Amino acid sequence: MISSESNETILQVRHISKTLGDKKILTDCSLDMKKGELKVLIGPSGAGKSTLLQCINCLIMPDEGEIILQGAKLYMQSKKELCAYRTKVGMIFQDFNLFDHLNAIDNVAIALCKVKGIDKKTAHGRAMQELERVGLDSKARLYPAQLSGGQKQRVAIARALAMDPTVILLDEPTSALDPELVGEVLNVIRELSRAGMTMIMATHQMEFARAVANEIVFMEKGVIIEHGTPAELLAEGAKTRTRDFCTTLLSMESGADV
Amino acid sequence: MFEPDFLYGEILPALNRGLVLSFQLIVPAAVLGFAGGLALGCLRVFGTPWMRGLGNAYTAVIRGVPLAVQLMMIYFALPKIGIYFEPYGAALLSFILCSAAYHSEYIRGALLSIKQGQFKAAQALGFTTLQTVFWIIAPQAARRALPGCGNEIVYLVKYSSLAYLVTCMELMGEGKVVASDTFRFTEVFLVVGAYYLVMVTIATWILHWLEKRYRIPGFGAQ
Repeated sequence: MISSESNETILQVRHISKTLGDKKILTDCSLDMKKGELKVLIGPSGAGKSTLLQCINCLIMPDEGEIILQGAKLYMQSKKELCAYRTKVGMIFQDFNLFDHLNAIDNVAIALCKVKGIDKKTAHGRAMQELERVGLDSKARLYPAQLSGGQKQRVAIARALAMDPTVILLDEPTSALDPELVGEVLNVIRELSRAGMTMIMATHQMEFARAVANEIVFMEKGVIIEHGTPAELLAEGAKTRTRDFCTTLLSMESGADV
Repeated sequence: MFEPDFLYGEILPALNRGLVLSFQLIVPAAVLGFAGGLALGCLRVFGTPWMRGLGNAYTAVIRGVPLAVQLMMIYFALPKIGIYFEPYGAALLSFILCSAAYHSEYIRGALLSIKQGQFKAAQALGFTTLQTVFWIIAPQAARRALPGCGNEIVYLVKYSSLAYLVTCMELMGEGKVVASDTFRFTEVFLVVGAYYLVMVTIATWILHWLEKRYRIPGFGAQ
């Protein structure tokens, strides 16, 4: 299933902690991403998955810890460095966050024009390629409000891909979707993983995690409790928190399509 | 009441002269006032605490003092510290300053209604804060504020008549002169009123056209 596995570590997240008010959201979270790897973040809601992903992109500033992308430590205080870093680390949100005033193709093209300084025509060409890649070239002229949830999320993925990111962070990309639309988004993510994209994804889609992830990371109360391959953590009889959690999850949604 | 000689010989030539000047006041004041209000509104929402404070204080003063008084200050008080304006310049400046303050309030409301996700998505793509506000937030806020800002522009058309207070001879000023010369206040100001009504109607059409032009599919009624 996984085509391009190598041992090259491209993103290191070290000892990230975050406190909001007097509540400790994240405690000493560390992750190493190898090139082409898909890690899945799992855990009950409120475990800090979303906060961790946003800390990795510095959309929420971590209180402690460091981030090293391709060997270079990120100096988080420098706005310029942050902007450059973020162009290399794409982010997909649970509620899509497409720019409401732009149609699909401009949603993809605007960062190419304004952030990377590419001329409009080239940017549109590139945007069209990415929309084709997620199967939405025929919807290029439609506005976010005219797209279904699944289509919106695929445009959001195209938007992130257009920046040629090194890593993509996906924050529960299918949680806001109707069940019948989940599949189309997961297919796109599966294809990306096959093509060698490095990704960290928070999700509740256990079947998907089992089938596609290289590693499952289980979080609870802001702490990474355990991590390992799906086979290790989900093995019949494995005494892991992950397995307990999945059993509860599956019994709750028995019958729902995954 | 309106003998042709009086109407075509005296009222209309004077009022048409004033109308041209009124246009020269209203159009730039509307455009620059809106642009200024957009900038001021963004500053009052996204600026540093220091900038917000300054923006809020500016708005409080401008909204708290009658426009007629502001006009007087610009025309009569500023020369005392060495800043001189022609009547036209003084009127235009005070209209821009005033409408920017009111526009900023409509814009501020619109900005507050935009979800943080829009901001986050732009940041995640590498936009700086300024780029995010300029390319992502402000275009959406301006659309949402447009009906309110249109209201302000309709007001502007009418409060431009205060320019005569600093001897800027626009529509109202010319009307006043003709009326005082002839003592036919009713006729003159009926026509002046009609002129303003026509201007406001045209402004309303333009604003409607703008709203349609920049409508985003999927928002509002079908």
